[in-house]
Amino acid sequence: MEKIKKYTEVDDLGFYGHFGGAFVPELLRDNLEELTTFFLEIENDNAFQNEFLSLLKYYVGRPSPLYLSQKLSNEFKCPIFLKREDLNHTGSHKINNAIGQILLAKKMGKSEIVAETGAGQHGVATATVCALMNMKCIVFMGEKDIERQAPNVQRMKFLGAEVIPAKSGSKTLKDATNEAIRYWINHTNAYYLIGSVVGPHPYPAMVASFQSVISKEIKSQLKEMTGTENPTKIIACVGGGSNAAGAFFEYYDSNVELIAVEAGGLGVNSGYTAATSVVGNPGVLHGSLTLLMQDEYGQVVEPYSISAGLDYPGIGPLHAYTIQIGRTKSISVTDEEALKAAKKLAVYEGIIPALESAHAIAALEKLKFESNDVVVVNLSGRGDKDMETYLNLDSY
Amino acid sequence: MNPFIKNKKQLSIFITAGFPTLNSTTNQILELQSKGVDFIEVGIPFSDPMADGVVIQESSSKALSNGMNMDILFDQLEAIKNDVHIPLVLMGYLNPVLQYGLEKFLIKCKDVKMASVILPDMSFEIYERFYQSLFEKYEIPMTFLITPTSSDERILKIVESSKKSFVYLVSHTSITGNKQTFQENLLERYSEIKALCKNVPLMIGFGISTKNDVEKAHKSCDGAIIGSAYIKSLIEKRDLVRELTP
Repeated sequence: MEKIKKYTEVDDLGFYGHFGGAFVPELLRDNLEELTTFFLEIENDNAFQNEFLSLLKYYVGRPSPLYLSQKLSNEFKCPIFLKREDLNHTGSHKINNAIGQILLAKKMGKSEIVAETGAGQHGVATATVCALMNMKCIVFMGEKDIERQAPNVQRMKFLGAEVIPAKSGSKTLKDATNEAIRYWINHTNAYYLIGSVVGPHPYPAMVASFQSVISKEIKSQLKEMTGTENPTKIIACVGGGSNAAGAFFEYYDSNVELIAVEAGGLGVNSGYTAATSVVGNPGVLHGSLTLLMQDEYGQVVEPYSISAGLDYPGIGPLHAYTIQIGRTKSISVTDEEALKAAKKLAVYEGIIPALESAHAIAALEKLKFESNDVVVVNLSGRGDKDMETYLNLDSY
Repeated sequence: MNPFIKNKKQLSIFITAGFPTLNSTTNQILELQSKGVDFIEVGIPFSDPMADGVVIQESSSKALSNGMNMDILFDQLEAIKNDVHIPLVLMGYLNPVLQYGLEKFLIKCKDVKMASVILPDMSFEIYERFYQSLFEKYEIPMTFLITPTSSDERILKIVESSKKSFVYLVSHTSITGNKQTFQENLLERYSEIKALCKNVPLMIGFGISTKNDVEKAHKSCDGAIIGSAYIKSLIEKRDLVRELTP
């Protein structure tokens, strides 16, 4: 009998169903092969896993709390838990993956790290682990994002990283990724520390694996708090989709409803959106075949979202696959809805979410709940970096 | 018969279709042909050319803003197909081809007499699994990139699939337009690779810009491919082919 493949498993060429793979020039082939070899090795390497878990515990501060929001529960008439990734060191879930990959880079004997960043959360996480491990750190960031996420740029520089503006194209995450890949092609001794579940195989599988600690913790925390490890719904925002991949990972092969929240921008039909699963179709960008925002000639369309971390024209191939087959449900939330949700969480709970995570909170308003629902919202990051945006809103 | 020639010192030029102006593609091809260029790569512009340096990136975005797209490009190639006697190769990233429809793309390639297609972000393995049968159905030979660090085993496999095209050797691991070619330590490897190619022509590209580079290329390979340096010469209104040929 043929073995039933898990949702999170890729085939020999790195495909989840029709999505994924490694669509890269020959120039990166050796690098990806080396990376794949090491990645397979560490999965069963106890010493590596122990070091990873130990850093997550003592350096990052894991497990992150699973917090029952009384006010949200009252409003939506069912228990609503917040997975507090915002309380991690550096302020978001991005550090989980950065720790995993820096240990891998160290094992591979690398001494120079290159990364891309959108909102700057991954850039800060990378700069942080590079400081920790004494590695040279170069972060590409879109010129437009450098402007709108200034505090994170300052943090990266203070941590010793070199931040290089990406000036091509839309000057956002997509272009920062192009520049990071180009740098990697020119410096094949560098380690490319990608920040999301995107890029060529093995990156999507690897990043999802390092982020899966989120759903592993949700399982044991929920079991302790409610007696059962499965909620009925898990909600997470999706740009490339690393926090969603982490929050969903252990639940794919269950009947838990998985809800991916995309950035609707000014509205999915406005022409100013980043809701890839709605307006995108299959295409190849940054080394993988996935859902992609593009025009009829296959040119990549510039996405739009108020949130720099969701402002990406693609989506991780695992999400493209699970959305396509109906395992993951995608919905979208506009800029305005996200901003309102951020304010609401701030006054309800005294928690200021990142703009990205505010999209997941806003999704609560768009879903219907029964009293027997148990909901987990992945609060992927904190909002310190977004204060300027929040303070500029007239109504507040 | 292979339209690409072995053991003749060849010069190939890469142009970006639709650059510097939308309708300049055809004139450039005919002019390069008349100047004795042996074959031409016609670049399909893409919004996110990840293996290209600034010069080709900028020419691509200019071409796109000039309005270049796959339909217009095939119309242009159709208009000159009976006047072109040297091999033309279409080169571009995979996504515009997939969106256009691979089958429709291959039919058009056949119509306008393309000698080969290069899609740098489509690996040999992906080609074998998903696309090879269509390329063979329409008899469009693929050309694959290899690097000095590609294994002999892999080179042999690619050579085996390139009997009606050529092997494209990337001179050194870098994006296009980066001048670090012909490092002494690589020359020996180039010769080894040429031996592995047997009857399949070996053309070298990436970072080749001067007459000296071309001469060196001809010592170890069958031909030299020039891209960024040509685009640059267009901007500077210089006659590069004249500078490069005796």
